[in-house]
Amino acid sequence: MAGFLIKRFLQAIFVVLCVTLLVAYAIRLTGDPALMLSQGAGSVTEDDLARIRTGLGLDRPFYVQYLEFLGGLFTLDFGRSFLGGTPVNQLIGRALPATLALALASLVVSIVISIPLGIASATRQGRWPGQVIRVLSLVGLSFPNFWLAIMLVLVFSISLQWLPPSGMEGWQSFLMPALTMGIILTATNVRLVRTAMLETLKQQYVTVARAKGLSERVVLYKHALRNCAIPLITYLGIQFGGLLGGIVVVERVFNWPGLGTLAFQAVADRDYPVLQGVIVVLSMLIVLVNLIVDIAYGLVDPRIRTE
Amino acid sequence: MSDKSPILSVNDLSVEFGAARVVDGLSFSVRPGETVAIVGESGSGKSVTSLSVMRLVEHGNGRLASGSILFDAGEGTTDLATAGETRMRRLRGNEIAMIFQEPMTSLNPVFTVGNQICETLILHRNMSRAEARTEAARLLSLVRLSDAERMLDRYPHQLSGGMRQRVMIAMALACQPKVLIADEPTTALDVTIQAQILSILADLQRELGMAVVFITHDMGVVAEIADRVVVMWKGRKVEEGAVAEIFANPQHPYTQTLLSAVPKLGAMTGRMLPRRLTLTVMEGETPTRIGEDRDHDTADMTAKPLLSVEDLTVRFDVGKTMFGRVTHRVHAAEQVSFDIRPGETLALVGESGSGKSTVGRTIQGLQAPTSGRILYDGKSVTEMTGEETQRLRREIQYIFQDPFASLDPRKSVGFSIAEPIRTHGLIKDSAAIKARVEELLVKVGLEPSHATRYPHQFSGGQRQRICIARALSCDPKLIIADEALSALDVSVQAQIIELFMALQEERKLAYLFISHDMAVVERMAHRVAVLYLGQIVEIGSRAQIFETPAHPYTRRLLSAVPVAEPGRRGRLPLLEGEVPSPVRAVGAEPTILKHREIAPGHFVAADA
Repeated sequence: MAGFLIKRFLQAIFVVLCVTLLVAYAIRLTGDPALMLSQGAGSVTEDDLARIRTGLGLDRPFYVQYLEFLGGLFTLDFGRSFLGGTPVNQLIGRALPATLALALASLVVSIVISIPLGIASATRQGRWPGQVIRVLSLVGLSFPNFWLAIMLVLVFSISLQWLPPSGMEGWQSFLMPALTMGIILTATNVRLVRTAMLETLKQQYVTVARAKGLSERVVLYKHALRNCAIPLITYLGIQFGGLLGGIVVVERVFNWPGLGTLAFQAVADRDYPVLQGVIVVLSMLIVLVNLIVDIAYGLVDPRIRTE
Repeated sequence: MSDKSPILSVNDLSVEFGAARVVDGLSFSVRPGETVAIVGESGSGKSVTSLSVMRLVEHGNGRLASGSILFDAGEGTTDLATAGETRMRRLRGNEIAMIFQEPMTSLNPVFTVGNQICETLILHRNMSRAEARTEAARLLSLVRLSDAERMLDRYPHQLSGGMRQRVMIAMALACQPKVLIADEPTTALDVTIQAQILSILADLQRELGMAVVFITHDMGVVAEIADRVVVMWKGRKVEEGAVAEIFANPQHPYTQTLLSAVPKLGAMTGRMLPRRLTLTVMEGETPTRIGEDRDHDTADMTAKPLLSVEDLTVRFDVGKTMFGRVTHRVHAAEQVSFDIRPGETLALVGESGSGKSTVGRTIQGLQAPTSGRILYDGKSVTEMTGEETQRLRREIQYIFQDPFASLDPRKSVGFSIAEPIRTHGLIKDSAAIKARVEELLVKVGLEPSHATRYPHQFSGGQRQRICIARALSCDPKLIIADEALSALDVSVQAQIIELFMALQEERKLAYLFISHDMAVVERMAHRVAVLYLGQIVEIGSRAQIFETPAHPYTRRLLSAVPVAEPGRRGRLPLLEGEVPSPVRAVGAEPTILKHREIAPGHFVAADA
């Protein structure tokens, strides 16, 4: 186990190095932050711009800037925002919980819908699950998330006035963003549960469980579901990356005070330190989720534990 | 026994899947303490019958079309055919329990053994978790699993097949059921383990006074355990009677064919050579005899060996430390040596894990040897030129156990048979290839027109014929048949044995016949090598091994084979426990057995 963790830690460092290098380089291709900062300041001379650049440390070669950023990482210091000079740590500290809460809520929405629905359609209890899945897939797979988000706002906030259209105040604000992300995840998850369930239900141990006199609920939710968990967990792990990508857009639409909004603003403002910080945190999150997935395998399936 | 009234009686039961009637008008009954065997071949409807009694057949889209299943445990009669799901759930696992064929897949891999046994106890006997655990440990010791307390916390994958089947039995007996339905409970197990399981079942039946419905295709097992026999054929009961009656005086033609096809261990005593026998096959409703009885003298024991295996050792690395250092190895084969001559059948027998398949795979080149030499036609296979290797690949062919898995389901069988011809460029002209494929199909007893069909359109026996045709397509000299008959019904098996022997006579083919079935081996092998934990413990002519077995393991193996002759149950004490594992820590090398020649050509390991 210790060896496994060390290996994963080294992998994580490698991932962060690659991702940050790419991001730090790419964002410097988008243009000059000095121009951005001096917008609206009337007449700006070339000297003024140069002074701003020196002030931000942007006159130095790329590798020096990058190494400085890496050095900061060791002390968890991501630097200060170009705009207003707030420490990036503080910005992220405020935004991260909001994003995590939303991501988690979306996953919960997806799991709560897709597991019972997937099982119901696998066991063919009536025809309705098939219909629901068809609609969900259509909505979840063929409509872009921002469109879905806007439609929800139109219906529930503007027409019905049930839910707040933006911001994060109380549980009501969670409903629409979590539903938007959740439906998209559900569209694929429900099919995954269905396929895994159909495969599992063919197994002899399911017949054995029924032959013991167990109720159908115990057979499905105890004996069969745990055996479906491996593909489901794998897929949830992969989805998490996509989820974080999608969250940028959804946060934007609902004006959610999370990492997505922060990153979006940082790109628009050419605020290098903030963007780099957000990206580091996001990539660490993904690495962490993958680690959790690997550990979860062992918890779910004893055959993996012993290997 | 016969004065008791039946506890379970099935009357005029019919079961349908869609429009197909799989069980048709079946009636039988079983009394407390009695064992009724239902025998029949695959597709005869015997498993469907057992699932129908449990009313589990509906979960597989089956339907009880007519009839009744009366269950009477002394508290009034219930018709299971019309009972509601709630009533059935109270009966299942409690009054009527079931054991299934595949111990490897019958237990849920993600729950501990204890959890799976306790579940039944908590459900039906209202025990607390702690009480259930104590009872589960008691049940495990009842099925002779040692260290029951620790066994409870283990997972199915940590147990061998025999251990799992015992857990399964403990689970089925948890609530002391009145009726036990055992569906081929020993089919997937080695003979010595099968003998253990049968004796455990018999003891427990006596103790608990259960009625047992035992479903099997193995007439040897029937002879050992049954009081009465119900013979099923194409979904119908064709004969029923006391076990001695059925074996001594079978009435229905199908029962007669079935019994005539069963290879009987010891039937060849006094004969030096393997023997081709007449076969009774069912053509429609009437049995027809084909072939003739005669000795099968195809091997020239003075000829130069076609294949020589010298000190073949194969080990696999398992278990590694974090830094990739190997900690454990499977010693699949250790210094195995034997020769095969043209026209000879050498049988390699042993139980699972004995390394017999590894030896076959290594000869075929599917597996690299760790050390030792394989000589083909006097030349080491590792020193062969590219061209000679190609020839080797042509002349040694392999036939696998599962004919369905070894044929590509998306290719016509004609394509599959022609593939080796094309690969080796034996025939260039595609019309000539087509003619050759048709000729091969006829050779193995199929029709030329079958070439355009697909594997799923054939029965198991026909598929194995197709695999044989494919193996024959490049004129091999040696065929390695790895459990090639194990998946087939006995009557089909008898026909394939006949085909193997006819081809051997015609083409002087040599066979390396890998099998666990001693009775089949006795019929068709010229020489036999007994493998145990990767080493040959005894090798000799057929007569030497079967009539004067010298090694204790060979004797145990032979005594464990069920004899298809009711009443003949004298046997040696059973081998208790498990076959030891061939996995060893690095450095802990196994002792290499030294062999002693006790008669010309008969070598026995001097026990270390």
